[in-house]
This record gives sequence, C-alpha cells and structure tokens, in this order.
Amino acid sequence: MKADTPELPHEIMDLQMGPSHPATHGTIKFNLKLEGEKVLDCDVELGFLHRGFDKSCEQATWTQVIPYTDRLNYASSLINNVGYALAVEKLIGAETPPRCQYIRVIISELARLFDHLTCCGMSASELGAITVGFYMIEARELITRIIENLTGARLTVTYVRIGGLKHDLPENFAEGVTAAFTTIRKLLDDCDRLLSRNRIFLDRMANVGVISKESALDHSLTGPILRATGVDYDVRKAFPYLVYDKLDFAIPVGSRGDNYDRFLCRLGEIQESMKIVEQALRQLPVGPVWIDDRRFVLPEKEKVYGTIEGLMHHFKIIMEGIQVPAGETYSAVEGGNGELGFYIVSDGGGKPYRLRVRPPCFIAMGAFAEMIKGYMVADIVPTFGMINMIGGECDR
Amino acid sequence: MAEASPQLQDIQDKLGAKVLSASQPQGDQVVVLDRAGLRESFRLLKEDPELGFNLLSDITAVDYWQKQEPRFEVVYQLVSLQQRRRLRVRVSVPEGDAVVDSLTPLWRGANFLEREVWDLYGIRFSDHPDLRRILLYDEFTGHPLRKDYPVNLCQPRVPERHVDGTFVDERSRNKLLRLQKTLAKKN
Repeated sequence: MKADTPELPHEIMDLQMGPSHPATHGTIKFNLKLEGEKVLDCDVELGFLHRGFDKSCEQATWTQVIPYTDRLNYASSLINNVGYALAVEKLIGAETPPRCQYIRVIISELARLFDHLTCCGMSASELGAITVGFYMIEARELITRIIENLTGARLTVTYVRIGGLKHDLPENFAEGVTAAFTTIRKLLDDCDRLLSRNRIFLDRMANVGVISKESALDHSLTGPILRATGVDYDVRKAFPYLVYDKLDFAIPVGSRGDNYDRFLCRLGEIQESMKIVEQALRQLPVGPVWIDDRRFVLPEKEKVYGTIEGLMHHFKIIMEGIQVPAGETYSAVEGGNGELGFYIVSDGGGKPYRLRVRPPCFIAMGAFAEMIKGYMVADIVPTFGMINMIGGECDR
Repeated sequence: MAEASPQLQDIQDKLGAKVLSASQPQGDQVVVLDRAGLRESFRLLKEDPELGFNLLSDITAVDYWQKQEPRFEVVYQLVSLQQRRRLRVRVSVPEGDAVVDSLTPLWRGANFLEREVWDLYGIRFSDHPDLRRILLYDEFTGHPLRKDYPVNLCQPRVPERHVDGTFVDERSRNKLLRLQKTLAKKN
C-alpha cells in the first residue's frame, strides 16, 4: 500500500447469519466476525431442530424406533433404517438371509443417490446454476419414484425391519431401476457439460473451504469431506457389512480438500452407487427376506386371525416389543455424509436403554469454522452446501 | 488386573494398569480405562505407531441411574485407519464428581461431541476450551438425557435475548411484551 493512500476505516463487524436464511437450507445460525467481507471467526449455533431423538427412542419399543430413524437424515432415510436394523441384529446375533442383504445394499445405494443428488443439485442452484439444480432434482425424482414404488412413501419410508424387510421387492423393480438409471446418466452428462468447465462454478468452488488431510482427521470428519482430502476411508470398504465385499466398486478420492473436490467425490459416488445397484440386481439371489426366528418376526396374517397361538404371538411382539438381550454394541454404516453409527445399550427389555446416533453432519459442522476462516461471506454458501447439513440428523 | 483377551493383548501391554478390563462382546473390541490420566492413555492410543487410533469417531455417555455405581459411563469410539480396526473405550464416572479429561488437545473434533455430552448429561470435561450447551439453549435447566429427567417435563418459554448492536423491530417487541403478559397471567 502506498504511503499516501488513506487508511480505510476497518472495524470488526458481528454478523448473525441465520437461523432462517435463504442460502442455508436448514435451520442453523452462524455468528460471524467479519473484517470487511472476510470471515475472521465463525461460531456455529445449532440445535434449532432438536426434538429429543435419544430420549424418545428410550420410550419406544425396538421396532417403534424405526420411524424415528427415518427422520434423522431424511435425504437418505433408507440408510438410517438399515444402519439401525444392523445394530440391533448385531446385538441379537442374527444374520439376515442373503436376499435381504442384497436388497438392503440396493436400497442403501438408492438412498445415497438421493442424498448426493440433493446435495449437488441444491449447491449448484445456490451458486446460480438453476438449470443443474432442476436436472438433478429431476434425476432425484426418478429415484423417489422407485422408492415410492418399493415402500409406499417418498421420504419417511420405514421399510427395513429388525430381522428382515417390510416386504420383498415389487414386480418389475429391476426394469424400473434400469430405465431410471438410463435417464439419470443422461441428465448427469448434461450437468457435467454445464458445470465441469464452467468458469463461474469453478471460481466459487475450487480452493474454497479447504481443509487439510491432518486437520480433517483431527476434526473426526468422515464421508465425502474426508475423502476429498485424499483419505480413502469408507466404511463399506474398511469394515465391510452386508454384501459389500462381494461387489466391485471404487471409492472416489480427491486431493485438495476443497469444495470442488467434495463435489467431484459426490458425483463419482453417484456413478459408483449406480454400478453397485446394477451388480446387486444381477446377483440378487432367490429366497426369504426374513430371518427364521419367531422371536423377532411377526406371524402371517392368516395365523393371527385364524389361530389363538398366532394371535398371542402377534400380541406379545406388538405390545411388549421384541426382546433384545442385554448388552451394548456399536455398528456403523456409510451414510450419505459419512460414518453413520448406532451405539445401542439394551437392558434385556423391549425398549432400548440407550440409543445414540453418530451424526456425520453434526461433526462436520464442528469443523465448519476451520473450513471457512479467512474466506469471504459468500463462500459460506458453497461450503455449507457441500457439507450437506440435514437438520434432522444434526440436531436430533 | 484385567482378564486376558488375545486381540486386546497389545493394548493391555501398552497401557498396563490403566486398562481395568477388556472384552469382546459381539466381536467388538472394548476396553474399560481408568479415569485418572485418561488423556495420557488416549495420547498413547493415538500416537503409538503400532496402535495408531487416529480417528476419534464418537463420544457419548450412558446413564445407569439406580442400576450400577458409578452412575455414568462415557463411551468413546476410536478407529485406526492403518490397522482397519475399531476400539471402544468406556470410562466410569461417578455422579458426585462428574468430570472427565477433555480430549480437545488431542482431537479438535472432540469439541462439539463433548459439548453435547455436557449439554445432555451434565458431565464436565476439564480443560475444554468452550464448554457451553450446544443442542439446547443456555436458559435450559437440567440435563435431559439423565434417566431421572422426566420425559414430559415442560420448561417455560424464555424472553428474547438482547444482543448488542442488533436492530429490533418495534412491532415484534410489542408482540413479545403481549406474550409475556399472557404468560404471566396464566401463571
């Protein structure tokens, strides 16, 4: 600066962004300290959607918790269902039949597609690429229709049960998926042409919200944010569950740890997820979808209405809940935004004694200040967008 | 002394008497550690080149009210990326002295997780840089995930907080005053 240039007046300004802000799709508040437009410090205030998930679960039977898990990350409710069911099954010591495991893989990947399409599409449209937003929402709508055809609901699906699934796949499920994937691939190609070499998009995303590999591990980050820094930690590969070890897929990894790498990781995972679903549909074995253990499975309706034993059996499971042996366990799946863990403690009764969810985006919000320090106010929008904070899971 | 467990032998060798017990329920690896010198135990777990538990996955707590003594248990989930191995660490915390070493000097990610445990369970973390409530608001009394906190307890609405330098709309202020009056009448 030249000596004769007058010193611009600068003082540190406090700015509260949120809790209801058009660019933060979620109820969250940032208490910013700004110097001009530069973010000096950011204090994240969350909990606006806190509804006592853990406490509610302690009042419900093991089966009644499943609808609550839908409402955690509602962009990938099927993964939450699967994660919870796997945790309880681990404590029971039950292993579901192969067909059930394959279907759980398929629905997990459909949910991941849903999650990533929402995240990428919304982030792009927040940066002005409304067209991409619409294309991705169109692709997401195709996934939603598959899920609706499968479960009867679009978001809050409650499809997985402890020890099985609500029901088997509907007819023509595979054909529906193949047709949808053809369209989705076309839409994603269009998005690629619109975005990948788009100057405005690159300027907003590349080298923004950078976090180093060491810092990401330090902040307990997982999922696409960690993988964008170059760490190939994916629960599906590191600690394989269900039948992921029988499927061939890659883990997209970034190198710079900025928003653009996170975006590319998510786009890469969309492609990999589609591959996984197609493979799983090809390998899908025939057989039952429920475990063969009457302590956890509801009897058939004919038995309930036709025999007294069936009626009593049904009554016991519904009123007292399934009896999970006393103990504690932790089981993790790869959710849309990272490691989604369930830590459950049972005292041997029909209700969970303690149920804890490891919420990936809550932990990512802990690293948000680190990501945004030194950048502009406008950079909050893409950085926050790529974290894909979902209030239901973050605040529980 | 802790019982023998082949897969956890390396941890028992390294930590010695700090490991109160080790077990493997459902194939998980679990150790119960002594509350004294907890941070040093975690530092060893993290920085030992053979163990390398470099990712702190989760911190939570369980309240065993009227079930066992000491009342609380803080539970840590660790991941070693190099060994592809998980470890669960449990630490017993008595009600009268509910303080645990904070892990924020080792993992900055512990910040939010420990704030949540403080908020919902009332367990303090010594040397935590910023131990405030996180999910609930500052005026909230009690810690709702404790088993003796009634599930249907209602807490009163809190008046609007004044933040220095913020603009408050006159109409919303009047609305708030009316609300406070009606609440006062009800009580």
